[in-house]
Amino acid sequence: MGAPKIVRVGLATCGIAAGADKVFQALAQELTGQQDVWLKQTGCLGMCHNEPLVEVLTPAGESYLYTKVTPEKATDIARRHVLGGEPVRDWLFDDGHYLAKQKRVVLRNSGRIDPESIDDYLEAGGYQAIAKALREMTPEQVIGELEKSGLRGRGGAGFPTYLKWRLTRQSPGRPKYIICNADEGDPGAFMDRSVLESDPHSVLEGMLIAAYAIGAREGYIYVRAEYPLAVKRLKLALAAARERGFLGENILGSGFDFDLKLREGAGAFVCGEETALMMSIEGKRGMPRFRPPFPAESGLWGKPTSINNVETYANVPWIILNGGEAFAQYGTERSKGTKVFALAGTITRGGLIEVPMGITIREIVFEIGGGIRSGREFKAVQIGGPSGGCLPASLADTPVDYESLTQAGAIMGSGGLLVMDDSACMVDVAKFFLDFTVKESCGKCTFCRLGTKQMQAILQRITNGEGREGDLELLEELANSISRASLCGLGQTAPNPVLTTLRFFRDEYEAHLYEKRCPAKKCRALIRYQVNPDRCNGCGLCNSYCPTNAISGEKKRPFSIDQNLCTHCGLCFNVCRHEAISVN
Amino acid sequence: MEVNGTVVRPLDLLDEIVHRHNTEEGAAIPILQEVQNTFGFVAPAVLERIADLAHMSATELYSIVTFYAQFRLQPPGENLVRVCTGTACHLAGAEKILQAVENETGAREGGTSPDGKFTMERVACLGCCSLAPVVMLNEQIHGRLTPEAVRRLIKAVGRR
Repeated sequence: MGAPKIVRVGLATCGIAAGADKVFQALAQELTGQQDVWLKQTGCLGMCHNEPLVEVLTPAGESYLYTKVTPEKATDIARRHVLGGEPVRDWLFDDGHYLAKQKRVVLRNSGRIDPESIDDYLEAGGYQAIAKALREMTPEQVIGELEKSGLRGRGGAGFPTYLKWRLTRQSPGRPKYIICNADEGDPGAFMDRSVLESDPHSVLEGMLIAAYAIGAREGYIYVRAEYPLAVKRLKLALAAARERGFLGENILGSGFDFDLKLREGAGAFVCGEETALMMSIEGKRGMPRFRPPFPAESGLWGKPTSINNVETYANVPWIILNGGEAFAQYGTERSKGTKVFALAGTITRGGLIEVPMGITIREIVFEIGGGIRSGREFKAVQIGGPSGGCLPASLADTPVDYESLTQAGAIMGSGGLLVMDDSACMVDVAKFFLDFTVKESCGKCTFCRLGTKQMQAILQRITNGEGREGDLELLEELANSISRASLCGLGQTAPNPVLTTLRFFRDEYEAHLYEKRCPAKKCRALIRYQVNPDRCNGCGLCNSYCPTNAISGEKKRPFSIDQNLCTHCGLCFNVCRHEAISVN
Repeated sequence: MEVNGTVVRPLDLLDEIVHRHNTEEGAAIPILQEVQNTFGFVAPAVLERIADLAHMSATELYSIVTFYAQFRLQPPGENLVRVCTGTACHLAGAEKILQAVENETGAREGGTSPDGKFTMERVACLGCCSLAPVVMLNEQIHGRLTPEAVRRLIKAVGRR
C-alpha cells in the first residue's frame, strides 16, 4: 500500500455556509471505501471569496487547490483527479497574489489540520511548546522569551503581553487565574472564530504556557455563544487534551496542574471589555468597573488575573518553539510579528489574512485583496469596528501598526478591515456604528448611555435631511465629552467612527446638511425610487415585494410608484431584472 | 415533555439543571443558558423557582436575563431567523433582507409571527462577512442572499 492521497475540505462556518458540507458529502459518496484515499475535514484556508475549497494532496506532496466547488464539481474531481489521476485544471486555484504577501504564524495550522483531531495537531508539532517550557524553561524564562518577541495584545489595545504576565505573576494574591477572551463582538470581525474553528488546540496550548508562566492553576475561556461551531470544537479539544494528559494534574509529569472551563457569553458586546467579562464569569451583569486595580492585581473574584485574546494565545506556542527573536524579525520597531485581519467589504478577494505588521493598507487592499470588486472607486477602509475609524483612500499608504493607525485616527482593533467603494455613504456608516454602540452601551456611565444617544439623534436628523446649523460642531463636542467621561473602552472609543468620518469626509456631512442630498444615494429620506417606463415590461415582480403596496400598474404595462406610500426600502430596485427602477 | 425518549416532568428537569450547576461559582448564567436551551425561553415563573433552589434573589436573575441579549422571556416561534446586520452585511444591503424577511414571515424585528412559525432577530455579525448579506435560519447559515433568495428560503421552511 502506498501513501494515501489526502483530500481536504474546508469546513469552518464560512465554508459550510457556502455549501462545503454538501461538497464533503459528495466526495464521501465517491471516495468512501477507496484504498489509499483519505478524506478529511479541515478549518479555514482563509479564502472566503473562493469557498467552498477542496485540496487534493498527492503522496508526492503536490497540492492542488480547487475553488468554488459545488457538489457536482466535487463528484467530477473525485472521479477524474483523485481516482483517475488527472487534475481538473479549469477549476484549480491560480492566484498566488493572495498569499504572496502573507506570513502565517497564528494561522500556521488553519486549513491544514483537522481541528477535531488532537493527533493532527500533535503531528503538526502541537504541544511541543508546552513540553519545552515545562522541561527546559523557568516561568521567568518563558516571560523573557515573550519580552524578546515584542508580542502585544491582539484584542485591540496592544498592551505588551509579557508585562501583563509578569505583573500577574508578581502579584501576591492566590489563586491566580488566566482567561481567554473569545467574546469577539466587533461586527465585521471573525479572526477569533476562525482560529477557534480551525486550530483550537493552539489556543489551549498558548493558555497552558501562560498558566505555567504566571502560576495559575485554573483558567476560563469566554467564548461568544453566537459561534456554535467554535464552541463545539473547543469542547472537543478540551476533552481530548484532558484525555491525553495535557490538561489536569501533573501535566507531562512535571508536577504542573492546570485545567480550563468553558463559559459561553450571553450576547453582550460590552463583555469583550476585560472587567465586564470577569463580571459575567462571576455570574453578574457584565458591567465594567473602574481600573485600577487592574486585573493583574485584582481580577476574577478579586484574585490576580491575566486576560488575553485568542490570537495572542495562538502566537505563544510558535514563539516558545521558534524563539522571541524569530517572531520579532517580522513587523516594525514597536509592533512586532504578524496580525490577522478579516478582510471584507466590496473587495475582490475577501477572507482571513495574516500579514506582517507594517504592511500598508494599499498593499492589503490591492495586492492581497485584488482591489475593488465592483469596478468602482476605492473610497475608504474601516479598521477596528465600532471603536475604530474610517480612513480615506488618500491615507492608503499608512502602515498597519499600532502607532501609525492611532495617529491616523483609527485603531488596530481586533482585526476587522472593511473595504468600501464609492457607493458607501460615510454618514450612514458612522450612524451604523453609533446605532450599534447605543444598543450595546451597558448604561453605567451617563455620557456613554445618553451622549451616544444624542449623537445618534443628530445623525438621524442629518440623514433624514433635517439637520440643523451647528450640528457638526455639536457632534464634535459630544464626541469629546463621551471619550473623556466614559469608564471603559466601549464609551471612550464610541465616537471614533463619527470623528474620523467628520475629519475625512466632512463634505458628505455638509451635502446632507445643507443641500439635503446623499451623494452615495443611500440615505432613505433623501432619495426617490422611480420607474423608467421605457424599460419596465410590466412583469409586476417589484409589486409583489413592495411592503407598502406603493407600486401599482397593469400587467405588461409600465408600473408606477406612489411617492406618498413609498418608504424607500429599495426592495423593488434590487429585485427588478430589467433595471427599470432608478434611484435619485 | 420528552427527553431522549422518556417522559420527564419539566420541573424535575429544571431542578436537575440547577442542582448540577449550583456548586460552581458564578453559576447563574450557565443555569439560565441551559434552561433556555431546554425550554426555549426563560419564563418569569421559572426564574422564581431557580431563585429558590439556588438561593439567589429573583430580582438578580431578572436583571441578568434582561441585560444579556441571548435570553428570551417569551417562547420563540418554530423557526428562528437571525438576520445579520454587521458592517459588511449592512453595506451589502442587510436592511433590505430584513425587510424581505419581515414581509415574508409577518414577524417584526425581535418578535414572532402571528402564526407562531417564525421569530426574527437582528444580530450584529455572524462572522461570515465575505458571504454578506447573511441570514442564519435555525442552525444553518445562508450567504450571498438577495431579497428573492431569502423569500424562497422562508417559503420553503414555511411549507414544512
